[in-house]
Amino acid sequence: MTDSYVKAVNSGVTKTLAKKLGLPRPAVLRRFRAGDPLTVGPVLVLGGTPGVRDDADRVAEALLAWDLDVRQTADDTTRWGAVVVVLSGIERPEDASAPVLALSASLRRLAPNGRVVTISRAPADTDSPELAAAREGVDGLLRSVAKELRYGATGNGIQVTDDAPVDSPNVLATLRFFLSAKSAFVDGQLLRVGAGAPSDQGAPSGDQGSGAGLDQPLAGKVAVVTGAARGIGAQVARTLARDGAKVVVVDVPAAGEALAKVANEIKGTALQLDVTADDAGARILEHARARHGGIDVLVHNAGILRDKLLANMSADKWDAVVAVNLAAQLRITEYLLGANGFSSEPRIVSLASTSGIAGNRGQSNYAFSKAGVIGHTRAFARLLAAPGGPGGTANAVAPGFIETDMTASIPFVQREVARRVASLQQGGQPVDVAEAIAFLASPGAAGVNGQVLRVCGQNVVGR
Amino acid sequence: MRKSPRQTPEQAPATSTPGAPRDAWVVGGNRIPFARAGKKYSSASNQEMFTAALEGLVARFGLQGERLGEVVGGAVLKHSRDFNLVRESVLGSSLSPETPAYDLQQACATGLEATITVANKIRLGQVESGVAGGSDTVSDAPIAVSEGLRRALLEASHAKTFGQRVKAFAKVRPSDLAPLTPATDEPRTGLSMGEHQAITTARWGITREAQDELALASHEHLAAAWDAGFFDDLVTPFRGLVRDDNLRTDSSLEKLAALKPVYGKRLAGAAAGDGSSAEPTMTAGNSTPLTDGASTVLLASAEWARERDLPLLARVVDAETAAVDFVHGHEGLLMAPAHAVPRLLARNGLALGDFDLYEIHEAFASTVLTTLKAWEDDEYCRTELGLDGALGSIDRSRLNVNGSSLAAGHPFAATGGRIVATAAKLLAAKTAETGAPARALISVCAAGGLGVAAILESVPAADRTDDTTAA
Repeated sequence: MTDSYVKAVNSGVTKTLAKKLGLPRPAVLRRFRAGDPLTVGPVLVLGGTPGVRDDADRVAEALLAWDLDVRQTADDTTRWGAVVVVLSGIERPEDASAPVLALSASLRRLAPNGRVVTISRAPADTDSPELAAAREGVDGLLRSVAKELRYGATGNGIQVTDDAPVDSPNVLATLRFFLSAKSAFVDGQLLRVGAGAPSDQGAPSGDQGSGAGLDQPLAGKVAVVTGAARGIGAQVARTLARDGAKVVVVDVPAAGEALAKVANEIKGTALQLDVTADDAGARILEHARARHGGIDVLVHNAGILRDKLLANMSADKWDAVVAVNLAAQLRITEYLLGANGFSSEPRIVSLASTSGIAGNRGQSNYAFSKAGVIGHTRAFARLLAAPGGPGGTANAVAPGFIETDMTASIPFVQREVARRVASLQQGGQPVDVAEAIAFLASPGAAGVNGQVLRVCGQNVVGR
Repeated sequence: MRKSPRQTPEQAPATSTPGAPRDAWVVGGNRIPFARAGKKYSSASNQEMFTAALEGLVARFGLQGERLGEVVGGAVLKHSRDFNLVRESVLGSSLSPETPAYDLQQACATGLEATITVANKIRLGQVESGVAGGSDTVSDAPIAVSEGLRRALLEASHAKTFGQRVKAFAKVRPSDLAPLTPATDEPRTGLSMGEHQAITTARWGITREAQDELALASHEHLAAAWDAGFFDDLVTPFRGLVRDDNLRTDSSLEKLAALKPVYGKRLAGAAAGDGSSAEPTMTAGNSTPLTDGASTVLLASAEWARERDLPLLARVVDAETAAVDFVHGHEGLLMAPAHAVPRLLARNGLALGDFDLYEIHEAFASTVLTTLKAWEDDEYCRTELGLDGALGSIDRSRLNVNGSSLAAGHPFAATGGRIVATAAKLLAAKTAETGAPARALISVCAAGGLGVAAILESVPAADRTDDTTAA
């Protein structure tokens, strides 16, 4: 599960050799460790007009409150930890010119593992053609800039909907995630952020930069993680527990030994259960209610692979994948919503896959199930947000190539190709997916609903 | 991961008056799948298996870092290195290292006796919670050396000079070098348990057909319980084994009838005491196989369980232990439960028919059948048990409803924990369904002419009397 190529080109003689040969040198990504600084250097906020109180100033102020070194003018000596480009004010395509060219001048001074984050307004149905052009343009800009970045630096964007100010807690929480090491393998992605549910005001705001709410955003919450015995699921359970949640880890009885280890490591409780069982939702609710008082966060991670070309597909391979990866998620979520099983506003995060977005030869069953997950995620998101609905959010995370037991079984050449075709030129770690899920489960992500967040190092396939 | 154990009643000022009996409850259990000897667990030690069973229990109930009142259990076949087996297992688990533990051993009744012991301390207010259990491995059994070699080794270890050492070893004869393999033979009679039971079986005229039927039912019931997911919250897989591997889903009366008898070789040709047939009837199919495995049961006061939002499946009502004089052949080796049960019933004012469930350990199919036949026998009950007449018969549809040792296997010390957890879960389900209390009678026979019986009872939440902290 380790990428020895990344190690080789970053250390010793092989590093020198790789440099001389001009081989691709994927960087060792910086990942979250408690106590480490948020960014690897000062943060440059671009996009403001001097002397005018504008969105750039508001963002800069919020960042200052997190004890960051924030500047609004570039210089020739600083190695930037991050550049935040505030484009929320642009109304015509021409308006992007100044901030984008300022970014251009600063890109060479971006530190390894640095961050570029754009903050723009989300395209809306009521936009005039000119406004729509300006706003939509940011999408192509950001995805291209991200592909230019090197040495572990990433580029991501926040599309703020018209109902939210750029310094609202929801936007700042998303900005914090993108700036932090928690988003190490999230690259070239734009997240749409709205005002979110009004009652979800526990979000970290500019004035609580280092409070307990940031260390343990899930304190007092109960999370259920399916497929938690190993791989991504086990890491999700660990990460949610780190963030303060009491975690119910669920997996099939046959995986019980590994499941017990995870539960004991994170002081959670183990529930041996096949998610495709008719009463799976009822048993999850019964366990969570009786032991922990309810459910706040539900992570649908359980999934299986039964790869075959469709020409050779058997009914059992198709049906098993659809049953575990898609139908079980639907049935459990529907049961819990119908039974008022969530104690607060639900936070539902489902595992999709880049295969579900772009398709993948030999994975028609898997891709169907994962695209289906995106479908129900958007539908549940609308249901939750509907007037009179329960509130809360439903989102999906779409991992690209992640180093797990599952991907370790892919043949060598195919695996090497899969690793290098991303902007970050490597596979991600389970913790990268877990951090994205933990973010979407946190109070600060109240404004993120119905989104598919890719954790793929900006893989070339799909958006 | 265990730095801050939760404030438990053991640490807090006592909330119950010591000495005032209150109920001890079965909260749940966990075991590892039982494995036929020499198979999946052949390289697993008792300590590894018991630790695994404990870890699954901790995970199921979220007991990480908790200081429990105590953990009590044991093993029947035990290495000398395992002198503190249960405590060592606790230290290797996620429980607080401040959880006391001790070993206990009563042959096949070890697990049930441990349950009674922990329950009694809870009832007396000496502890608030505890785990009872047991572990046994036939595969990893200790092997002793011959008496001659043992003496030579001891002498050599005490020797001060090389010459003395050589002299000590010079006494060893080639025949002393053969290891003594562990035997389950009764030390006082030299007969194996199976041979003992074969005599009893013949004496009571238990037929081969009846034994095979009981064995088949055990497999069918256990298989159905596994298929229904009954063990999803009672068993945690270990070393890749997910189900009890002794369980046969393809068994049939025909297949069982084809097996050759393995016990009762001394019976051949001889007539039994009451004139019935003395043909050997006990086969590998209607006898329990040698098995490896471990089990645990979590017990607690109502208050302790409530504080942790844990279920109260069934309370341990009472228990009775009996022993019989099998040495002189007056009573069968495994007949002690026949004596223990009437004493237990009399003390609790209950009749044999007053139970919703009966869990009679299937050491051999004929053990169960002999015990039932003895209770139905007027004369035996009068002369041997001191009763006015027959104790009575039971509704066989309530007997070992989810299978028992014949199908699951019988790792000696682990059997009690398996039975108690299964019975408590069944009782709680029955009460949840009917809203009425449900009662189970448990009976386990053991080597040495020992037998242990216990009563478990589930109580509807509304009727629980000592649940003082329900609010």
